[in-house]
Amino acid sequence: MSFISIENVSFSYDEENPAASKAVDGVSMEIEAGEFVAVIGHNGCGKSTLAKHLNAMLLPDSGRVVVDGDDTAEEEKTFDIREKVGLVLQNPDNQLVASIVEEDVAFGPENLGVPPEEIRQRVDEALKAVDMYDYREHAPYKLSGGQKQRVAIAGILAIRPQCIVLDEPTAMLDPSGREEVISTLLKLNRERKMTVVLITHYMDEAVLADRVVVMDSGKVLTQGTPEEVFAQVELLKKHRLDVPQSAELIYRLRGCGLQIDKIPLTQDDCVALLEEAIK
Amino acid sequence: MVRDVSFGQYFPGKSPMHRLDPRGKLIMFIAFIVIIFCTFNYVSLGITAAFTVLFLVLSQISPKFYFKSLKVIIFIVIFTSLLNLFYGSGEPLWQWGILRITVNGINRAVFVTVRIVCLILAGSCLTFTTSPTELTDAIERLMKPLKVIRFPVHEIAMMMSLALRFVPTLLEETDKIMAAQKARGADMESGNLFKRVKALIPILIPLFVSAFRRAYDVATAMECRCYRGGAGRTRMKQIHLSARDVAAFIVTALTIGGVIVCNIFLKRVL
Amino acid sequence: MSCVLELKNLSFVYGKGTPFEKKAVDNVSLKIEKGEFIGVIGHTGSGKSTLMQMLNGLIRPSSGQVLLDGNDIWAQPKKIRDVRFRVGMVFQYPEYQLFEETVYKDISFGPQNQGKEGEALDKAVRDAADFTGLKPSLLEKSPFDLSGGEKRRAAIAGVIAMDPEVLVLDEPTAGLDPMGREVLLSQIVRYHKERQNTVLLVTHTMEDIARVADRIIVMNKGRPEMFAPTKEIFSRGDELEAFGLRVPQITAIMRQLRDKGIDVPEGVLSVDEAFAALVPLLQKEGKLW
Repeated sequence: MSFISIENVSFSYDEENPAASKAVDGVSMEIEAGEFVAVIGHNGCGKSTLAKHLNAMLLPDSGRVVVDGDDTAEEEKTFDIREKVGLVLQNPDNQLVASIVEEDVAFGPENLGVPPEEIRQRVDEALKAVDMYDYREHAPYKLSGGQKQRVAIAGILAIRPQCIVLDEPTAMLDPSGREEVISTLLKLNRERKMTVVLITHYMDEAVLADRVVVMDSGKVLTQGTPEEVFAQVELLKKHRLDVPQSAELIYRLRGCGLQIDKIPLTQDDCVALLEEAIK
Repeated sequence: MVRDVSFGQYFPGKSPMHRLDPRGKLIMFIAFIVIIFCTFNYVSLGITAAFTVLFLVLSQISPKFYFKSLKVIIFIVIFTSLLNLFYGSGEPLWQWGILRITVNGINRAVFVTVRIVCLILAGSCLTFTTSPTELTDAIERLMKPLKVIRFPVHEIAMMMSLALRFVPTLLEETDKIMAAQKARGADMESGNLFKRVKALIPILIPLFVSAFRRAYDVATAMECRCYRGGAGRTRMKQIHLSARDVAAFIVTALTIGGVIVCNIFLKRVL
Repeated sequence: MSCVLELKNLSFVYGKGTPFEKKAVDNVSLKIEKGEFIGVIGHTGSGKSTLMQMLNGLIRPSSGQVLLDGNDIWAQPKKIRDVRFRVGMVFQYPEYQLFEETVYKDISFGPQNQGKEGEALDKAVRDAADFTGLKPSLLEKSPFDLSGGEKRRAAIAGVIAMDPEVLVLDEPTAGLDPMGREVLLSQIVRYHKERQNTVLLVTHTMEDIARVADRIIVMNKGRPEMFAPTKEIFSRGDELEAFGLRVPQITAIMRQLRDKGIDVPEGVLSVDEAFAALVPLLQKEGKLW
């Protein structure tokens, strides 16, 4: 059985008239342990609402979410689930609750009642994993956006979850901050086999995932490997989603008869394909 | 810019002051506030000033930062000492119109200046060497007995520590909003009092809106990190009394004793 | 063309005389022509935000001058407010400045401070709302009831309504989704075309700036290291990378092909251009219909 299974989940913020405005509308999805899944879509497509379902911050109106065998709707399991699935939010400033980096990272394990020596160990380990150990005694407000977001990730890692869900963690960051956060996530996934669910609207981040899920109006539009998903240039364009420029170029050349099966997602792949076609 | 104040900041370090038990530091600070307003002659004032200096030295923090925190209150100090200087009682030493200087006035000015300066320095020393978490932790533990009467000790301490965490963030935000409104021609520098108060609305409303939004976000983030109130929480940084704290207590006790003895045996100058 | 903004030996030093002294803007001299669309790029901390805030007198230079239509903006410090109406500034996340009861009133804040009233005010507000694509029905709503994208547009309209000769936008598309980014950018382009005003756009999104700017200023360590037409800037990819910046993916692809000896033009900025350049080459090889 998969680590997280989302079974026909619907949710509405409008309590009086839930049928009219569903934020999430009949979504089913499986997330395997160790997988790196990217969820993309416009603002308001329901991807953030879905993210909050994964750690029982929101409970489905209908359908169910099962995390490692536990239904999120079971109240006594709430904190077990939050220990297994950590959620990182968009604004890094609002996630840091203490005035010193290491004290902030300690917040999670302190809530869990972990013994002091072990907290120290977990905090050091988490800070090293995001490469922020040297900043452990700094004040969060003096850090750059990318650094703050990495501290927020460390704060979740210190809880030692099996899965980390990130709700647009790079939306407020500059390019170097984005790169710091994404390479941290890749490292966690590749080296520690951490399950990562990345909610984003940056296509160049989604390209790095094992699997991409595209959402629109609360529903899953399409999903598959990045190659499969971004090959559907027309569908994505119709929903006004970004496509990597390399994919768009090859797609348009194919429309004129160019015989290339593969849709390239990276610069190097694209150059190699074109070079072969022209020489 | 509002951010340039060093008062209330924390400088991580390993000095003797940093290593004192925050509960002890807090009690000593409160005792210090009481004692400094019980100094009535120059010897006792000297003792408390020496006590302050001793702790500043032990904090191993550059005097530059202490000067910076004094800079903020320099006007209050000058203003109150002038007020005291000219409104003393007794025989005037010098008089010009309604301004007159008396021995009593000079004494009062000196005392008020030294008291305020010592108070700010001691307060800075406390916050410079104690992280907000330690401080609120100390408050939480000291107030623990109040739990018996259902006083929400943990909640108050948590609120304080969050407030301290967000002070710099909100100050920065105030700067940004002010700049944005000025760019739209908001005039905050001229006009009468009513106009100036009105000019604050475009700043205060966005600030409140953003503070509420942040509060909501922070609550969500805390829940995501398994926060469920004070029950069952542990702490990474343990605090316990050591020989160092005992030594600090003895020094404080000696200072208090010295001030009391001076007050009994020496003439009051105030 | 005539010069609208001229910077002469402009410098700004933070925390002068303290141990934290830092030169944010370092002896900048440059000229911006009337009606130009200028892109400003540079990594965080390169001094671009400080430089922008000096253009409308929010930050007073430590030394040097900002000339607006040939006049030093600090000649009469008491009149600096007038400069702010002429050089409009949209900050990052401008929606955080909204405060009025209705969107209409909020957009009026700037022009009202300017002294506009009656019909002129009404026209300024409605035109600005139109430029940013806000539906008239939204004007009577509370700004706090709008969606994120609408709030952003209302806030930008609040600056456009002052009808500034120069409009400075600091990352207006930050945090928006691709569709929101696209729409807002095209509205800015339309505004620039119709009003024929000067626009300065600060951004991190190279794909966007490559499509819209006439010339680009590249800031690094407080200095404008490059200031040249867009095509030229992006054909110097190696230099950009040295400043911690990158070129759009399509530009990099075409550059790599060129390096491999394939005859494609330099400084390709969009998929359209790349497509147009590749079709004849592929046709020659008989790879297309």
